[in-house]
Amino acid sequence: MIVNTEMVDYISELSRMELRAGEKQAMTAQLEQIIAYMNVLNQLDTQGIEPMSHVFPVKNVLREDEPAPSQDRAQLLAGSPSGGKEAFLVPKAVE
Amino acid sequence: MELTKLTALELGGAIKKGQVSVKEAAQAALDQIAAQNGALNAFITVTGEQALDRAEQLQDGLKDAQSPLYGVPMALKDNICTRGVKTSCASKILGDFAPPYDAAVVDRLTAAGGLSLGKLNMDEFAMGSTSETSFYGPVRNPWDRSRVPGGSSGGAAAAVAAGLGWYAIGSDTGGSIRQPASYCGVTGMKPTYGTVSRYGLIAYASSLDQIGPLCRDAADCAAVLDALQGRDPRDGTSLDGQYGHLLEELTGDIRGMKVGLPVDCCGDGLDGQVRDAVLKVSDVLKGRGAEVIELSFPVMEYVVPAYYIIAAAEASSNLSRFDGVKYGWRAEQYDGLADLYRKTRTQGFGAEVKRRILLGTFVLSSGYYDAYYKKALQVKAVIKDAFDRAFERCDLLLTPVAPATAPKLGESLSDPLQMYLSDVYTVSVNLAGLPGLSMPCGFDSGGLPIGAQLIGPHFGEGKLLNAAHAFQLDTDFHKRMPKGGERA
Amino acid sequence: MTWETVIGLETHVELATRTKIFCSCTTAFGGEPNTHCCPVCMGMPGTLPVLNKKVLEFAVKAGLALNCHITRYSKFDRKNYFYPDLPKAYQISQLYLPIARDGAVSIHTPAGDKTVRIHELHMEEDAGKLVHDPWLDQTRADYNRCGVPLIEIVTEPDFRTAEETVAYLEKLKETLQYLGVSDCKMQEGSLRCDVNLSVRPLGSSELGTRTEMKNLNSFKAIARAIGYEARRQIELIEEGKQVVQETRRWDENKDATYAMRSKENAQDYRYFPEPDIPPIELSEEYLEGLRAAQPELAGEKRARYQREYGLPEYDCQMITSDGALARFFEELVELGAPPKQGANWIMGEVLGALAQRAMEPRDMKLTAPTLARLIARVGEGRLNRNTAVKVFEAIFDTDGDVDAYVKEHGLEQVSDGGLVREACAGVLEANPQSVADYRGGREKAFGFLVGQVMRELKGRANPQTVNSTLKELLGKD
Repeated sequence: MIVNTEMVDYISELSRMELRAGEKQAMTAQLEQIIAYMNVLNQLDTQGIEPMSHVFPVKNVLREDEPAPSQDRAQLLAGSPSGGKEAFLVPKAVE
Repeated sequence: MELTKLTALELGGAIKKGQVSVKEAAQAALDQIAAQNGALNAFITVTGEQALDRAEQLQDGLKDAQSPLYGVPMALKDNICTRGVKTSCASKILGDFAPPYDAAVVDRLTAAGGLSLGKLNMDEFAMGSTSETSFYGPVRNPWDRSRVPGGSSGGAAAAVAAGLGWYAIGSDTGGSIRQPASYCGVTGMKPTYGTVSRYGLIAYASSLDQIGPLCRDAADCAAVLDALQGRDPRDGTSLDGQYGHLLEELTGDIRGMKVGLPVDCCGDGLDGQVRDAVLKVSDVLKGRGAEVIELSFPVMEYVVPAYYIIAAAEASSNLSRFDGVKYGWRAEQYDGLADLYRKTRTQGFGAEVKRRILLGTFVLSSGYYDAYYKKALQVKAVIKDAFDRAFERCDLLLTPVAPATAPKLGESLSDPLQMYLSDVYTVSVNLAGLPGLSMPCGFDSGGLPIGAQLIGPHFGEGKLLNAAHAFQLDTDFHKRMPKGGERA
Repeated sequence: MTWETVIGLETHVELATRTKIFCSCTTAFGGEPNTHCCPVCMGMPGTLPVLNKKVLEFAVKAGLALNCHITRYSKFDRKNYFYPDLPKAYQISQLYLPIARDGAVSIHTPAGDKTVRIHELHMEEDAGKLVHDPWLDQTRADYNRCGVPLIEIVTEPDFRTAEETVAYLEKLKETLQYLGVSDCKMQEGSLRCDVNLSVRPLGSSELGTRTEMKNLNSFKAIARAIGYEARRQIELIEEGKQVVQETRRWDENKDATYAMRSKENAQDYRYFPEPDIPPIELSEEYLEGLRAAQPELAGEKRARYQREYGLPEYDCQMITSDGALARFFEELVELGAPPKQGANWIMGEVLGALAQRAMEPRDMKLTAPTLARLIARVGEGRLNRNTAVKVFEAIFDTDGDVDAYVKEHGLEQVSDGGLVREACAGVLEANPQSVADYRGGREKAFGFLVGQVMRELKGRANPQTVNSTLKELLGKD
């Protein structure tokens, strides 16, 4: 069994979420069921098959190194719940 | 003239001829929204005043109108960014986020004389098959309000079905346009990956997401796609192509077209009434000169796991940016930075979104990447290959959209795996980047719409639309509208 | 026991492009917080990255110059972690198929020559800047640097001493500056270096547990940090303790490293291919074009200067220490300045003036045509060297017009023999005592007389003419 509460704690921490005790149990059971189902993929022999990250063979999509004006700071910060006017504010994050 | 019964092209024609003003059309839609949205919950945001202002502006420019959709009111799924207008992805975590930019499709629709009525409800972050995971409450099916409209573009499908606008722009990552179109009796299309810019579409799974239309019929879909498609320098995955001719090439002539019927799609787990309705589609197409061949598509059991691994992995990364710092909602109480992140994300995301983030985090995590994520990418190649082989034998494929008609509200969410499995007919299209269309092809004994799916090869939009158009010339399922939705 | 230090470097270099790696915002240093930003580099929802053509070109150029194998099919990956300097919560980088691999750089230290292996070179985006505000007790996030293009160059653990490490960094800096792909200003953070260090008994082939040191802001700091950290590790082991694999921060003031509060104990970055950026495939023609356009690097220039201009090794070293300076020198020579004179002016006056102003050669206003003209005027005998230096000082900051300045200030050398003779005669007449001293065998007195003549002529005379005229007049009597 891969998925247990320890694993759920680990991936919760990696994704910066915390589940309440009851929630965690249900989630563990569901994830276990889903992941067990996904093991059906192991029935398919994929040896030597190149993993396909991009479905079409599009390559080298590049832009010219031409500057364009940046966006108005007030607009960019307008929706920040941090309330900062010049910078985004977070709790102490510098050592 | 009962405006809400017209197709988008019919309304566009009437506007062009001066039979209807843009404002009358907009007002008619707003009246319908006022009358029905309370029950359907299809819209999260209605921008009535802006719509009426825009209507006047469009009326003034009417003589220069080029697009057949000029002045036709529509609405956008709420994961498509609209400058200065709340774009929530139906999530608490985005709060009242009003992007300081428009999505590329908004620019394109604006250029085509589009008029937006507002933003449509959906599953939170487009994760779901029922439009019940919205922070703003579930959308209801206009054919039967006790049932779901499908998802994730449920608001879009419900709005078009109920006449709250003439077309809608949705997004489809694993069936999110086609399946609700099927449940609501409208025509919806997911175009070839890369043919519609994703710039400004809030990403769920970047390699699978694609924007597309939900409409009254195939001709409307063609017209909307003509407006939407095009290469965009802001989207590195967007493709060059010959765009803008879908509507003019819509002849209904499908003589000699080879339609493949994958026998693997009509087996176990498929509702009998749905199977019958889909098979009847092949009869109609044959009647118009198409040739129907049976073929095998031997990868069906792998499509759902491969899809959910890839989609969840990308989602876990795409949704990491929502942390209560730059935009959207922030938890009220927290102790330090890590706690700010944790509380905001824990309280800001709904259960289904959390489930997929955790699943995606797991399949990418150290020690499991090869067994799950890499494996899924290999299976994706196998699935793409299966399609390539099928299209060596036929021009397009005919399959169901969903195993059954719309379920009751509350039936699906308790068993996520079962819900995922119901996406079996739609997800492979996204994995292979192909165009897929859903069209009404009948009603079940309860009066609920049934949809049929047509799948084409890369850039096969024209063929799909032509086949759907041919079908719609001989049938009238797409013309029926729900009456009130209160079922006897 | 004798211990051996084993060092590997990870160097981040900001590329000198005009725009960011994935959007068209400027990369200019500084600026008010969050004013060099757009929705793309702020990672706002729905935005997408599009790769800057120049970033690819610069990365390939750097890879070629470091003798790397260029990856013909390369991709970007996402590195996922939460930190407020990273607005998308993932950094677009390259893990699986970096743009260049398996390079080699030869370095020279007093201990001898050595080849350092380059493990890989990859492209990635920079993060933003966090500044703690003690008044608010909050940290401010400024995203101006977000999306500035970087290359990360990772060496094999091939260094054994601080000298080797610094020699490699100097060579790297020089190479990248010559290529024009980076200005490598450590003080502005455009060259940053993390040092991985472990120790082991000399002769052992196994690697010890390593630590990674950050916050090294100068070559001097790197050398000191290496010394400190090696001693620390050796002491730990000799006391029977274990070295802990961790990230340590160099404290410049305390001259010590200390363990950083581990940002993420479990560093599980969940890399996966970036779906928003299609792969990069490089053609042979593309690579050939860049190979052909590679500029002459410092080592090649040094050899050529010795060979073609007969300059001493020291001069060549000084002039090629900076790409802009070498270009300046070459332009002087092209404009007709004698190479040795050009070199002397550069090593003396030019470097002196720059040092006085704490300026980099690339920021210098003075152009080669101006200095070439000044050198020519001396050669033509129209200015004497001392006056020329004064002119140089006067026009250095503005790249002023040499001839106009000379004319305006009446500095042209007095070449009228009669005038010099007249002045000399007057000085001899006015200073009989010095004349007597000179004749009495006191050579110093002659120098005084020359000085008096020069003063009379306001320094504009050719000193040799003054000498010979004075001698002639003194001899006559």
